Amino acid sequence: MADRILVGTRKGLFRVERNVNGRWEIAGNWFLGDPISMLLVESNTPRIHAAMDLGHFGVKFQRSEDGGKSWSETSTPAYPEKPDDVEDKDPFRGLEIPWSTQMIWSLVAGASDELWCGVIPGGLFRSIDGGDSWQLIRTLWDDPRRKKWMGGGYDFAGIHSILVDPRNSAHVTIGVSVGGVWTTWDSGAHWELIGVGLRSEYMPPDKAGDPLTQDPHRLVQCPANPDRLWMQHHNGIFVSDDGGIHWRELSDLPISSFGFTVAVHPNDPDTAWFVPAIKDEQRIPVDAKLVVSRTRDGGRNFDLLHQGLPDAPAYDLVYRHALEVSDDGEQLVFGSTTGSLWVSEDQGDHWQAVSHHLPPILCVQFEG
Amino acid sequence: MPSLSFTSNLTRHTHCPDGEFEATTVADLFECYFLRWPEVRGYVLDDQGTVRNHVIVLVDGRSLHDRQQLSDALTSESEVFVIQALSGG
Repeated sequence: MADRILVGTRKGLFRVERNVNGRWEIAGNWFLGDPISMLLVESNTPRIHAAMDLGHFGVKFQRSEDGGKSWSETSTPAYPEKPDDVEDKDPFRGLEIPWSTQMIWSLVAGASDELWCGVIPGGLFRSIDGGDSWQLIRTLWDDPRRKKWMGGGYDFAGIHSILVDPRNSAHVTIGVSVGGVWTTWDSGAHWELIGVGLRSEYMPPDKAGDPLTQDPHRLVQCPANPDRLWMQHHNGIFVSDDGGIHWRELSDLPISSFGFTVAVHPNDPDTAWFVPAIKDEQRIPVDAKLVVSRTRDGGRNFDLLHQGLPDAPAYDLVYRHALEVSDDGEQLVFGSTTGSLWVSEDQGDHWQAVSHHLPPILCVQFEG
Repeated sequence: MPSLSFTSNLTRHTHCPDGEFEATTVADLFECYFLRWPEVRGYVLDDQGTVRNHVIVLVDGRSLHDRQQLSDALTSESEVFVIQALSGG
Protein backbone atom coordinates (compact mmCIF):
# COMPACT_ATOMS: atom_id res chain seq x y z
CA MET A 1 0.00 0.00 0.00
CA ALA A 2 1.30 3.44 -0.92
CA ASP A 3 1.41 6.03 1.82
CA ARG A 4 2.56 9.07 -0.15
CA ILE A 5 1.16 10.92 -3.13
CA LEU A 6 2.54 13.83 -5.12
CA VAL A 7 0.10 16.43 -6.38
CA GLY A 8 1.03 18.87 -9.14
CA THR A 9 -1.06 22.03 -9.08
CA ARG A 10 -1.40 25.42 -10.72
CA LYS A 11 0.48 26.87 -7.76
CA GLY A 12 3.10 24.35 -6.73
CA LEU A 13 3.92 20.73 -5.97
CA PHE A 14 2.44 19.13 -2.86
CA ARG A 15 2.95 15.86 -1.04
CA VAL A 16 0.16 14.20 0.91
CA GLU A 17 0.86 11.38 3.33
CA ARG A 18 -1.15 8.70 5.07
CA ASN A 19 -0.80 9.06 8.83
CA VAL A 20 -0.96 6.28 11.43
CA ASN A 21 -4.73 6.71 11.71
CA GLY A 22 -5.25 6.16 8.00
CA ARG A 23 -5.99 9.82 7.36
CA TRP A 24 -4.36 11.50 4.40
CA GLU A 25 -2.99 15.00 4.96
CA ILE A 26 -0.85 17.59 3.26
CA ALA A 27 2.72 16.99 4.41
CA GLY A 28 4.91 19.22 2.29
CA ASN A 29 5.30 21.44 -0.73
CA TRP A 30 7.82 22.70 -3.23
CA PHE A 31 7.85 25.42 -5.90
CA LEU A 32 4.95 27.34 -4.38
CA GLY A 33 3.36 29.63 -6.92
CA ASP A 34 4.68 27.77 -9.96
CA PRO A 35 2.49 25.58 -12.17
CA ILE A 36 3.49 21.89 -12.20
CA SER A 37 2.15 20.50 -15.46
CA MET A 38 3.53 16.98 -15.16
CA LEU A 39 5.12 14.58 -12.68
CA LEU A 40 7.02 11.34 -12.87
CA VAL A 41 7.95 9.18 -9.92
CA GLU A 42 10.37 6.59 -11.30
CA SER A 43 9.56 3.12 -9.98
CA ASN A 44 11.90 1.60 -7.43
CA THR A 45 14.08 4.70 -7.23
CA PRO A 46 13.96 7.93 -5.21
CA ARG A 47 14.03 9.89 -8.48
CA ILE A 48 11.22 12.36 -9.16
CA HIS A 49 10.77 14.63 -12.16
CA ALA A 50 8.58 17.73 -12.05
CA ALA A 51 7.76 19.75 -15.15
CA MET A 52 7.11 23.42 -14.53
CA ASP A 53 5.28 25.84 -16.75
CA LEU A 54 6.62 29.19 -15.68
CA GLY A 55 4.52 31.20 -18.09
CA HIS A 56 6.74 34.22 -18.61
CA PHE A 57 9.96 32.26 -18.53
CA GLY A 58 9.02 29.05 -20.30
CA VAL A 59 8.92 25.41 -19.31
CA LYS A 60 11.52 23.89 -17.03
CA PHE A 61 12.34 20.50 -15.58
CA GLN A 62 13.30 19.90 -11.98
CA ARG A 63 14.65 16.54 -10.81
CA SER A 64 15.17 15.12 -7.37
CA GLU A 65 17.41 12.13 -6.76
CA ASP A 66 16.47 11.82 -3.11
CA GLY A 67 12.71 11.64 -2.97
CA GLY A 68 12.21 15.38 -2.88
CA LYS A 69 14.75 16.42 -0.28
CA SER A 70 16.65 18.40 -2.90
CA TRP A 71 15.95 19.46 -6.47
CA SER A 72 18.02 20.67 -9.38
CA GLU A 73 17.10 22.04 -12.76
CA THR A 74 17.68 19.69 -15.68
CA SER A 75 17.56 20.01 -19.43
CA THR A 76 14.30 20.99 -21.09
CA PRO A 77 13.12 19.41 -24.35
CA ALA A 78 13.85 22.01 -27.04
CA TYR A 79 13.06 22.13 -30.72
CA PRO A 80 15.80 22.44 -33.32
CA GLU A 81 16.14 25.58 -35.37
CA LYS A 82 13.26 25.86 -37.79
CA PRO A 83 14.46 26.05 -41.41
CA ASP A 84 13.40 29.23 -43.18
CA ASP A 85 11.79 27.33 -46.05
CA VAL A 86 9.54 25.18 -43.87
CA GLU A 87 5.91 26.25 -43.59
CA ASP A 88 4.20 24.86 -40.52
CA LYS A 89 0.71 26.13 -39.78
CA ASP A 90 -2.34 24.83 -37.98
CA PRO A 91 -4.44 23.26 -40.76
CA PHE A 92 -7.71 24.88 -39.73
CA ARG A 93 -6.85 28.26 -38.30
CA GLY A 94 -3.64 29.01 -40.16
CA LEU A 95 -1.74 29.89 -37.00
CA GLU A 96 2.01 29.48 -37.24
CA ILE A 97 3.01 26.44 -35.17
CA PRO A 98 5.85 27.48 -32.88
CA TRP A 99 8.91 25.26 -32.90
CA SER A 100 9.28 25.89 -29.21
CA THR A 101 8.13 23.83 -26.24
CA GLN A 102 5.08 25.48 -24.71
CA MET A 103 4.00 22.89 -22.17
CA ILE A 104 5.18 19.49 -20.99
CA TRP A 105 2.10 17.30 -21.13
CA SER A 106 3.35 13.74 -20.61
CA LEU A 107 6.40 12.06 -19.15
CA VAL A 108 7.00 8.34 -18.72
CA ALA A 109 9.93 6.04 -18.10
CA GLY A 110 10.97 3.38 -20.60
CA ALA A 111 14.09 1.24 -20.49
CA SER A 112 16.80 2.04 -17.98
CA ASP A 113 17.46 5.79 -17.97
CA GLU A 114 15.09 6.18 -20.91
CA LEU A 115 12.38 8.83 -20.68
CA TRP A 116 9.70 9.85 -23.15
CA CYS A 117 8.20 13.32 -23.02
CA GLY A 118 5.25 14.67 -24.96
CA VAL A 119 4.73 18.40 -25.32
CA ILE A 120 2.55 21.08 -26.80
CA PRO A 121 2.92 21.92 -29.73
CA GLY A 122 3.01 18.24 -30.66
CA GLY A 123 6.62 17.17 -30.18
CA LEU A 124 7.73 13.84 -28.79
CA PHE A 125 11.14 13.84 -27.11
CA ARG A 126 13.29 10.98 -25.87
CA SER A 127 16.07 10.96 -23.33
CA ILE A 128 18.45 8.04 -22.82
CA ASP A 129 20.30 9.63 -19.91
CA GLY A 130 17.57 10.12 -17.37
CA GLY A 131 16.64 13.59 -18.57
CA ASP A 132 20.07 15.17 -18.83
CA SER A 133 19.49 15.68 -22.55
CA TRP A 134 16.59 15.30 -24.99
CA GLN A 135 16.18 14.54 -28.67
CA LEU A 136 13.13 15.46 -30.71
CA ILE A 137 11.74 12.39 -32.52
CA ARG A 138 12.09 13.81 -36.00
CA THR A 139 10.44 10.84 -37.71
CA LEU A 140 7.16 11.84 -36.10
CA TRP A 141 7.63 15.60 -36.20
CA ASP A 142 8.58 15.51 -39.90
CA ASP A 143 5.78 13.14 -40.88
CA PRO A 144 3.52 15.15 -43.23
CA ARG A 145 0.48 13.83 -41.36
CA ARG A 146 1.72 15.57 -38.19
CA LYS A 147 0.99 18.89 -39.86
CA LYS A 148 -2.68 17.90 -39.92
CA TRP A 149 -2.84 17.70 -36.14
CA MET A 150 -4.83 20.52 -34.59
CA GLY A 151 -5.28 22.10 -31.23
CA GLY A 152 -8.11 21.05 -28.95
CA GLY A 153 -8.40 22.79 -25.61
CA TYR A 154 -5.06 24.46 -26.29
CA ASP A 155 -4.03 26.46 -29.32
CA PHE A 156 -1.81 23.70 -30.68
CA ALA A 157 -1.83 19.92 -30.69
CA GLY A 158 -0.15 18.04 -27.86
CA ILE A 159 0.93 14.57 -26.83
CA HIS A 160 -0.68 13.76 -23.50
CA SER A 161 -0.42 9.97 -23.30
CA ILE A 162 2.64 7.77 -23.80
CA LEU A 163 2.40 4.01 -23.30
CA VAL A 164 5.62 2.00 -23.13
CA ASP A 165 4.91 -1.69 -23.65
CA PRO A 166 6.16 -3.55 -20.55
CA ARG A 167 7.00 -6.56 -22.77
CA ASN A 168 9.09 -4.52 -25.21
CA SER A 169 10.18 -0.98 -24.41
CA ALA A 170 10.77 -0.24 -28.11
CA HIS A 171 7.01 -0.49 -28.63
CA VAL A 172 5.56 2.89 -27.71
CA THR A 173 2.04 4.16 -28.34
CA ILE A 174 0.99 7.77 -27.98
CA GLY A 175 -2.26 9.71 -27.80
CA VAL A 176 -2.51 13.12 -29.45
CA SER A 177 -5.10 15.85 -28.95
CA VAL A 178 -6.06 16.27 -31.74
CA GLY A 179 -4.20 13.80 -33.90
CA GLY A 180 -5.20 10.26 -32.99
CA VAL A 181 -3.17 7.29 -31.82
CA TRP A 182 0.29 6.48 -33.12
CA THR A 183 2.56 3.55 -32.44
CA THR A 184 6.19 2.60 -33.03
CA TRP A 185 7.90 -0.78 -32.69
CA ASP A 186 11.45 0.52 -32.98
CA SER A 187 11.74 3.31 -30.38
CA GLY A 188 10.50 5.94 -32.78
CA ALA A 189 12.33 5.15 -36.01
CA HIS A 190 9.02 4.40 -37.75
CA TRP A 191 5.42 5.27 -36.86
CA GLU A 192 1.99 3.90 -37.69
CA LEU A 193 -1.24 5.86 -37.35
CA ILE A 194 -3.72 3.42 -35.85
CA GLY A 195 -7.28 3.52 -34.56
CA VAL A 196 -9.88 1.65 -36.62
CA GLY A 197 -13.27 2.07 -34.99
CA LEU A 198 -12.68 5.44 -33.36
CA ARG A 199 -15.31 8.03 -34.12
CA SER A 200 -15.15 11.81 -33.93
CA GLU A 201 -18.66 13.15 -33.94
CA TYR A 202 -17.37 16.73 -33.98
CA MET A 203 -16.15 16.22 -37.56
CA PRO A 204 -18.24 16.09 -40.74
CA PRO A 205 -19.62 12.56 -41.25
CA ASP A 206 -17.16 11.64 -43.98
CA LYS A 207 -14.26 12.51 -41.67
CA ALA A 208 -15.64 10.98 -38.49
CA GLY A 209 -13.76 7.70 -38.86
CA ASP A 210 -10.47 9.22 -39.98
CA PRO A 211 -7.85 8.13 -37.41
CA LEU A 212 -6.10 11.46 -37.81
CA THR A 213 -9.06 13.51 -36.62
CA GLN A 214 -9.53 11.63 -33.35
CA ASP A 215 -9.30 13.44 -30.03
CA PRO A 216 -8.27 10.95 -27.37
CA HIS A 217 -8.39 12.82 -24.07
CA ARG A 218 -6.44 10.11 -22.25
CA LEU A 219 -5.07 6.70 -23.13
CA VAL A 220 -3.99 4.04 -20.61
CA GLN A 221 -2.61 0.52 -20.88
CA CYS A 222 -3.08 -2.42 -18.51
CA PRO A 223 0.40 -3.53 -17.39
CA ALA A 224 -0.78 -7.15 -16.91
CA ASN A 225 -2.34 -7.25 -20.38
CA PRO A 226 -0.64 -4.57 -22.48
CA ASP A 227 -2.82 -5.26 -25.49
CA ARG A 228 -5.79 -3.89 -23.51
CA LEU A 229 -6.02 -0.12 -23.88
CA TRP A 230 -8.71 2.16 -22.51
CA MET A 231 -9.45 5.55 -23.96
CA GLN A 232 -11.48 8.49 -22.71
CA HIS A 233 -12.19 10.15 -26.03
CA HIS A 234 -13.75 13.56 -26.62
CA ASN A 235 -17.03 11.91 -27.54
CA GLY A 236 -17.00 8.59 -25.77
CA ILE A 237 -15.18 5.72 -24.14
CA PHE A 238 -13.35 3.20 -26.31
CA VAL A 239 -11.62 -0.11 -25.59
CA SER A 240 -8.98 -1.95 -27.60
CA ASP A 241 -7.75 -5.53 -27.25
CA ASP A 242 -4.99 -5.37 -29.82
CA GLY A 243 -2.85 -2.48 -28.64
CA GLY A 244 -4.93 0.24 -30.26
CA ILE A 245 -5.26 -1.07 -33.81
CA HIS A 246 -8.99 -1.68 -33.43
CA TRP A 247 -11.39 -0.06 -30.98
CA ARG A 248 -14.95 -0.63 -29.85
CA GLU A 249 -17.06 2.19 -28.52
CA LEU A 250 -19.04 1.63 -25.34
CA SER A 251 -22.68 2.61 -25.52
CA ASP A 252 -25.48 3.22 -23.04
CA LEU A 253 -23.13 4.61 -20.45
CA PRO A 254 -24.67 5.94 -17.25
CA ILE A 255 -24.76 9.71 -16.81
CA SER A 256 -22.30 10.73 -19.52
CA SER A 257 -19.62 9.36 -21.81
CA PHE A 258 -17.67 12.64 -21.69
CA GLY A 259 -14.66 13.23 -19.48
CA PHE A 260 -10.94 13.70 -19.60
CA THR A 261 -9.38 10.94 -17.57
CA VAL A 262 -9.27 7.18 -17.20
CA ALA A 263 -7.31 4.75 -15.00
CA VAL A 264 -7.00 1.00 -15.48
CA HIS A 265 -6.36 -1.61 -12.81
CA PRO A 266 -2.74 -2.78 -13.18
CA ASN A 267 -3.65 -6.48 -12.87
CA ASP A 268 -7.24 -6.62 -14.12
CA PRO A 269 -7.71 -5.28 -17.65
CA ASP A 270 -11.50 -5.28 -17.27
CA THR A 271 -11.49 -2.83 -14.37
CA ALA A 272 -11.25 0.86 -15.18
CA TRP A 273 -12.32 4.16 -13.64
CA PHE A 274 -13.60 7.41 -15.18
CA VAL A 275 -14.89 10.74 -13.93
CA PRO A 276 -17.86 11.67 -16.14
CA ALA A 277 -18.89 15.24 -16.89
CA ILE A 278 -21.34 17.11 -19.06
CA LYS A 279 -20.02 17.38 -22.57
CA ASP A 280 -18.52 19.59 -23.75
CA GLU A 281 -19.50 23.20 -23.60
CA GLN A 282 -20.01 23.08 -19.83
CA ARG A 283 -17.52 20.54 -18.47
CA ILE A 284 -18.94 20.17 -14.98
CA PRO A 285 -20.39 17.13 -13.22
CA VAL A 286 -23.83 16.08 -14.44
CA ASP A 287 -26.48 17.66 -12.19
CA ALA A 288 -23.59 19.07 -10.12
CA LYS A 289 -23.17 15.59 -8.60
CA LEU A 290 -19.56 14.44 -8.60
CA VAL A 291 -19.14 10.69 -9.12
CA VAL A 292 -16.51 8.25 -10.27
CA SER A 293 -17.66 5.54 -12.64
CA ARG A 294 -16.12 2.07 -12.53
CA THR A 295 -16.46 -0.96 -14.71
CA ARG A 296 -15.30 -4.40 -13.61
CA ASP A 297 -16.37 -6.29 -16.72
CA GLY A 298 -14.64 -4.58 -19.59
CA GLY A 299 -17.26 -1.89 -20.02
CA ARG A 300 -20.51 -3.86 -20.07
CA ASN A 301 -21.63 -2.43 -16.74
CA PHE A 302 -20.65 0.58 -14.67
CA ASP A 303 -20.96 1.39 -10.97
CA LEU A 304 -21.35 5.01 -9.97
CA LEU A 305 -19.20 5.59 -6.90
CA HIS A 306 -19.97 8.51 -4.64
CA GLN A 307 -19.51 7.52 -0.98
CA GLY A 308 -17.34 10.23 0.51
CA LEU A 309 -17.74 12.55 -2.46
CA PRO A 310 -19.75 15.77 -1.96
CA ASP A 311 -23.47 15.62 -1.36
CA ALA A 312 -23.72 19.34 -1.99
CA PRO A 313 -23.58 20.69 -5.53
CA ALA A 314 -20.05 20.29 -6.87
CA TYR A 315 -18.47 21.73 -9.98
CA ASP A 316 -15.20 19.85 -9.96
CA LEU A 317 -13.61 18.87 -13.25
CA VAL A 318 -10.85 16.26 -13.33
CA TYR A 319 -8.11 16.68 -15.89
CA ARG A 320 -6.30 13.99 -17.87
CA HIS A 321 -3.50 13.25 -15.44
CA ALA A 322 -5.35 13.95 -12.21
CA LEU A 323 -6.67 10.40 -11.62
CA GLU A 324 -4.24 7.60 -10.79
CA VAL A 325 -4.37 4.07 -9.42
CA SER A 326 -1.72 2.53 -7.17
CA ASP A 327 0.53 -0.31 -8.28
CA ASP A 328 -1.58 -2.87 -6.41
CA GLY A 329 -4.83 -1.56 -7.86
CA GLU A 330 -6.40 -0.92 -4.46
CA GLN A 331 -5.83 2.81 -3.99
CA LEU A 332 -7.04 5.64 -6.17
CA VAL A 333 -6.46 9.35 -6.01
CA PHE A 334 -8.01 12.16 -7.98
CA GLY A 335 -7.87 15.92 -7.87
CA SER A 336 -10.00 18.60 -9.44
CA THR A 337 -9.69 21.95 -11.08
CA THR A 338 -11.35 23.48 -8.05
CA GLY A 339 -8.62 22.24 -5.75
CA SER A 340 -10.22 19.23 -4.15
CA LEU A 341 -8.34 15.98 -3.61
CA TRP A 342 -9.80 12.57 -2.74
CA VAL A 343 -8.21 9.20 -1.97
CA SER A 344 -9.83 5.76 -1.94
CA GLU A 345 -8.31 2.63 -0.45
CA ASP A 346 -10.96 0.20 -1.69
CA GLN A 347 -10.96 0.70 -5.46
CA GLY A 348 -13.32 3.63 -5.26
CA ASP A 349 -16.08 2.25 -3.04
CA HIS A 350 -15.31 4.90 -0.42
CA TRP A 351 -13.51 8.20 -0.75
CA GLN A 352 -11.68 10.33 1.79
CA ALA A 353 -11.44 14.07 1.17
CA VAL A 354 -7.87 15.21 1.71
CA SER A 355 -8.43 18.89 0.96
CA HIS A 356 -10.89 21.20 -0.75
CA HIS A 357 -8.51 24.13 -0.76
CA LEU A 358 -5.56 23.21 -2.92
CA PRO A 359 -4.81 25.18 -6.08
CA PRO A 360 -6.28 23.72 -9.29
CA ILE A 361 -4.89 20.20 -9.61
CA LEU A 362 -3.18 19.20 -12.84
CA CYS A 363 -1.57 15.83 -12.10
CA VAL A 364 -1.15 13.24 -9.34
CA GLN A 365 1.24 10.33 -8.78
CA PHE A 366 1.54 7.68 -6.09
CA GLU A 367 4.99 7.31 -4.57
CA GLY A 368 6.42 3.92 -3.81
CA MET B 1 30.40 48.79 -21.46
CA PRO B 2 26.70 47.98 -21.98
CA SER B 3 25.04 46.49 -18.94
CA LEU B 4 22.41 43.80 -18.57
CA SER B 5 20.06 43.44 -15.59
CA PHE B 6 17.11 41.20 -14.80
CA THR B 7 13.81 41.50 -12.99
CA SER B 8 13.91 40.18 -9.46
CA ASN B 9 11.10 37.83 -10.49
CA LEU B 10 13.65 35.91 -12.51
CA THR B 11 16.20 35.73 -9.72
CA ARG B 12 13.63 33.62 -7.89
CA HIS B 13 14.09 30.88 -10.49
CA THR B 14 17.72 31.08 -11.55
CA HIS B 15 20.95 32.84 -10.70
CA CYS B 16 21.19 35.86 -13.00
CA PRO B 17 23.47 38.58 -11.64
CA ASP B 18 23.90 41.90 -13.43
CA GLY B 19 26.62 41.88 -16.06
CA GLU B 20 28.64 44.20 -18.29
CA PHE B 21 30.13 43.04 -21.59
CA GLU B 22 31.68 44.54 -24.71
CA ALA B 23 28.84 44.42 -27.25
CA THR B 24 27.41 46.48 -30.10
CA THR B 25 24.00 44.80 -30.34
CA VAL B 26 21.58 43.19 -27.94
CA ALA B 27 22.32 39.83 -29.60
CA ASP B 28 26.04 40.27 -28.83
CA LEU B 29 25.29 41.28 -25.26
CA PHE B 30 23.02 38.27 -24.67
CA GLU B 31 25.52 35.86 -26.25
CA CYS B 32 28.31 37.13 -23.99
CA TYR B 33 26.06 36.87 -20.97
CA PHE B 34 24.83 33.37 -21.83
CA LEU B 35 28.39 32.17 -22.31
CA ARG B 36 28.97 33.12 -18.70
CA TRP B 37 25.52 32.11 -17.42
CA PRO B 38 24.17 29.53 -19.89
CA GLU B 39 21.25 28.43 -17.74
CA VAL B 40 19.64 31.89 -18.09
CA ARG B 41 19.17 31.60 -21.87
CA GLY B 42 16.02 29.44 -21.74
CA TYR B 43 14.32 31.83 -19.36
CA VAL B 44 14.68 34.77 -21.74
CA LEU B 45 14.67 33.21 -25.22
CA ASP B 46 12.51 30.44 -26.66
CA ASP B 47 13.76 27.40 -28.61
CA GLN B 48 14.22 29.51 -31.75
CA GLY B 49 16.23 32.24 -30.02
CA THR B 50 13.32 34.68 -30.03
CA VAL B 51 12.47 36.71 -26.94
CA ARG B 52 9.75 34.84 -25.03
CA ASN B 53 6.21 36.10 -25.54
CA HIS B 54 5.82 37.36 -21.99
CA VAL B 55 9.31 38.74 -21.53
CA ILE B 56 10.06 42.39 -22.24
CA VAL B 57 13.53 43.68 -23.05
CA LEU B 58 14.14 47.38 -22.51
CA VAL B 59 17.10 49.03 -24.23
CA ASP B 60 17.85 52.42 -22.68
CA GLY B 61 14.24 52.65 -21.63
CA ARG B 62 12.69 51.63 -24.96
CA SER B 63 11.22 48.29 -25.91
CA LEU B 64 13.48 46.07 -27.97
CA HIS B 65 12.57 46.61 -31.62
CA ASP B 66 13.86 43.35 -33.10
CA ARG B 67 12.65 40.53 -30.86
CA GLN B 68 13.65 37.86 -33.39
CA GLN B 69 17.25 38.71 -34.30
CA LEU B 70 17.97 41.06 -31.36
CA SER B 71 19.80 43.37 -33.74
CA ASP B 72 19.10 46.64 -31.86
CA ALA B 73 22.30 48.62 -31.57
CA LEU B 74 23.94 49.48 -28.28
CA THR B 75 26.29 52.24 -27.19
CA SER B 76 28.99 51.79 -24.62
CA GLU B 77 26.63 53.40 -22.09
CA SER B 78 23.55 51.33 -22.92
CA GLU B 79 21.49 49.76 -20.17
CA VAL B 80 19.45 46.68 -21.01
CA PHE B 81 16.78 45.39 -18.65
CA VAL B 82 14.90 42.12 -18.89
CA ILE B 83 11.48 42.30 -17.23
CA GLN B 84 8.33 40.27 -17.36
CA ALA B 85 5.10 41.36 -18.96
CA LEU B 86 2.30 41.91 -16.48
CA SER B 87 0.10 38.93 -17.20
CA GLY B 88 -1.19 35.79 -15.59
CA GLY B 89 -2.77 35.25 -12.21
